[in-house]
Amino acid sequence: MKVTLFVTCLVDLFHTNVGKATVELLERLGCEIEFPEAQTCCGQPAYNSGYVKEAKEAMKHMIRTFEHAEYIVTPSGSCATMFKEYPHIFKGDAEWEARAKKVADKTYELTQFIVDVLKVEDVGAKLEGRATYHTSCHMTRLLGVKDAPMKLLKNVKGLEFVPLPNAQNCCGFGGTFSVKMGPISEQIVDEKIHHIEEIDVDYLIGADCGCLMNIGGRMERKGKPIKVMHIAEVLNSR
Amino acid sequence: MAMKISTEEFKERVEKGIHNSFMRGAVAGAQDRLRTRRLEAAAELGNWEEWRALGEQIRQHTLQHLDYYLMQLSENVAKRGGHVFFAQTAEEANEYIRDVIVKKNAKKIVKSKSMVTEEIHMNATLEAVGCEVIETDLGEYILQVDDHDPPSHIIAPALHKNKEQIRDVFREKLGYTKTEKPEELALHAREMLRQEYLTADVGITGCNFAIAESGSITLVTNEGNADLVTALPKTQITVMGMERIVPTFEEMEVLVSLLTRSAVGQKLTSYITVLTGPKDEGDVDGPEEFHLVIVDNGRSAILGTEFQSILQCIRCAACVSVCPVYRHIGGHSYGSIYSGPIGAVLSPLLGGYDDYKELPYASTLCAACTEACPVKIPLHELLLKHRQTIVEREGKAPISEKLAMKAFGLGAASASLYKLGSKLASSAMNPFTVNERISKGPGPLKAWTEIREFPAPGKERFRDWFKNREKGGDE
Repeated sequence: MKVTLFVTCLVDLFHTNVGKATVELLERLGCEIEFPEAQTCCGQPAYNSGYVKEAKEAMKHMIRTFEHAEYIVTPSGSCATMFKEYPHIFKGDAEWEARAKKVADKTYELTQFIVDVLKVEDVGAKLEGRATYHTSCHMTRLLGVKDAPMKLLKNVKGLEFVPLPNAQNCCGFGGTFSVKMGPISEQIVDEKIHHIEEIDVDYLIGADCGCLMNIGGRMERKGKPIKVMHIAEVLNSR
Repeated sequence: MAMKISTEEFKERVEKGIHNSFMRGAVAGAQDRLRTRRLEAAAELGNWEEWRALGEQIRQHTLQHLDYYLMQLSENVAKRGGHVFFAQTAEEANEYIRDVIVKKNAKKIVKSKSMVTEEIHMNATLEAVGCEVIETDLGEYILQVDDHDPPSHIIAPALHKNKEQIRDVFREKLGYTKTEKPEELALHAREMLRQEYLTADVGITGCNFAIAESGSITLVTNEGNADLVTALPKTQITVMGMERIVPTFEEMEVLVSLLTRSAVGQKLTSYITVLTGPKDEGDVDGPEEFHLVIVDNGRSAILGTEFQSILQCIRCAACVSVCPVYRHIGGHSYGSIYSGPIGAVLSPLLGGYDDYKELPYASTLCAACTEACPVKIPLHELLLKHRQTIVEREGKAPISEKLAMKAFGLGAASASLYKLGSKLASSAMNPFTVNERISKGPGPLKAWTEIREFPAPGKERFRDWFKNREKGGDE
């Protein structure tokens, strides 16, 4: 199966390992990976700050870059959600709305793709330790992907899964919110960390690098020894 | 604007909120309880998503035909001997109510809970002509006794106070001598209020839903105070926002069911009262005179705009009770009587961007509000529309941000610019990088690194790794 990888700008620049793990994992599951070099960013930073005109330029570029694909897979619930939003954003512009819809219809978040399209729930991964999972907001509420990561994590050998108290609450990232409303973001992420510490885990796992950068960056600043891993890295552990 | 509750800057209000540990404990506890109860009540009803869709449909239909239903309502109120006044502004509403009060030579007014009277600042107008206005909703009563502390939550106005604080307020202001037990506090308030109902000249209520087909108003409470407010005084004035209307009893039943479940997780509240006009001949209680004041105050300007769906709101505050930002800053930080996500959308529309320009940014866009809303208002999308308006039409965004976003637009729309930019980013960050971490970032990274570490860009971008690998470099 041919998979066109949308790696996201955060992974491309800062979390290269997540991209590598995604490629290795999908290849092991029998996929052939294509990476369009022209890809940039889904446009969310501008769109969510109110700069719709600027965001639309980025979006058109991404539509051009990805419309040929069979399956578009991305290791981010939030960026997948953004692709899914494209048709809504281009509403009223018949040509781009149609092209956006083509892209949106074949976009999948990584775990969603593995479980729903590849129909695999055990990827043969192995990782020793206690772990919890952060349900990122866009992925669960807007994309509606809740079960896929759980199904996959359940089958990771050696991993003891512990549910996170108040899991439904946001981590306080919110894109530019994290810098525009720093003091509020700090309170929200500190409550999240408090709950993570409460259950005494070795790993915090998530499917969105934005949230993980926020929670991980704050835990690091506070000297917490909990390791932060993207779910692609966990599923690629052997 | 009358809905404004503070002259402090947003930042100062937030700072105060964050450092108010009493308030934060009370808010977090209440949010957790309300959330569980709401989910249980929704599950108990079953088919919750279908109920929401129905609620949305009813509200959208009503707004689509608002002129028709308002006309029908006012005709039916008049048929039953009531008076209807359409107030375009807060001032017009207050003047009308004041005139009724003065004509009745009223000295004492009992009042049940109403957000719109807070919005138009009605109490102050009536107090200025020498009236005593007594709030009878327990939460509102506590706040009134505490030197008019403003409400911090739409359905639980005194949410920011815990029972010990309420005990202290009662001790200081009412000569209360008992403990902080909620039952004892409530009993004391009830004793104080009972006398007021009996001696009041006028009763003023809000309105959960007006029913167009019959000219009735619906009041939803748990304390039964609205029933006393409307049963005992000779004159009743009901104040409603112009959108708080349903076509028939059938739609009212659906919306009340969504309201009580979403607000407090109850199937029904203890009291749901439907009143139609003044009392008929032979009725033992009820007012001799009934006035319905229908308030616009900026609402009609929202109709027909991209913000119209905010008028679907039935004031259940489910969005407030799930908001992570509200959780940590509390209601007063919003600077408006409308707080939380509904407040962040509504306050700039009714009160203007000058006072409320920060509120649309006081959201992580986590969409918990949108998910909780029983009438499916896309709250987080409306917050985005505000941001877009602030940037594109109001021109209120900072220059540095505009430039950064311009650069983003160019970079993200061009493969070659993006590649170049991302390559430069790595070397530009070199001086700030220690152990692959940035602890004191420059420019836009400064705010991030005041709180957290930031990862340094990798020496090799993902795309470089992938390219090398394709060439066989990694195999």
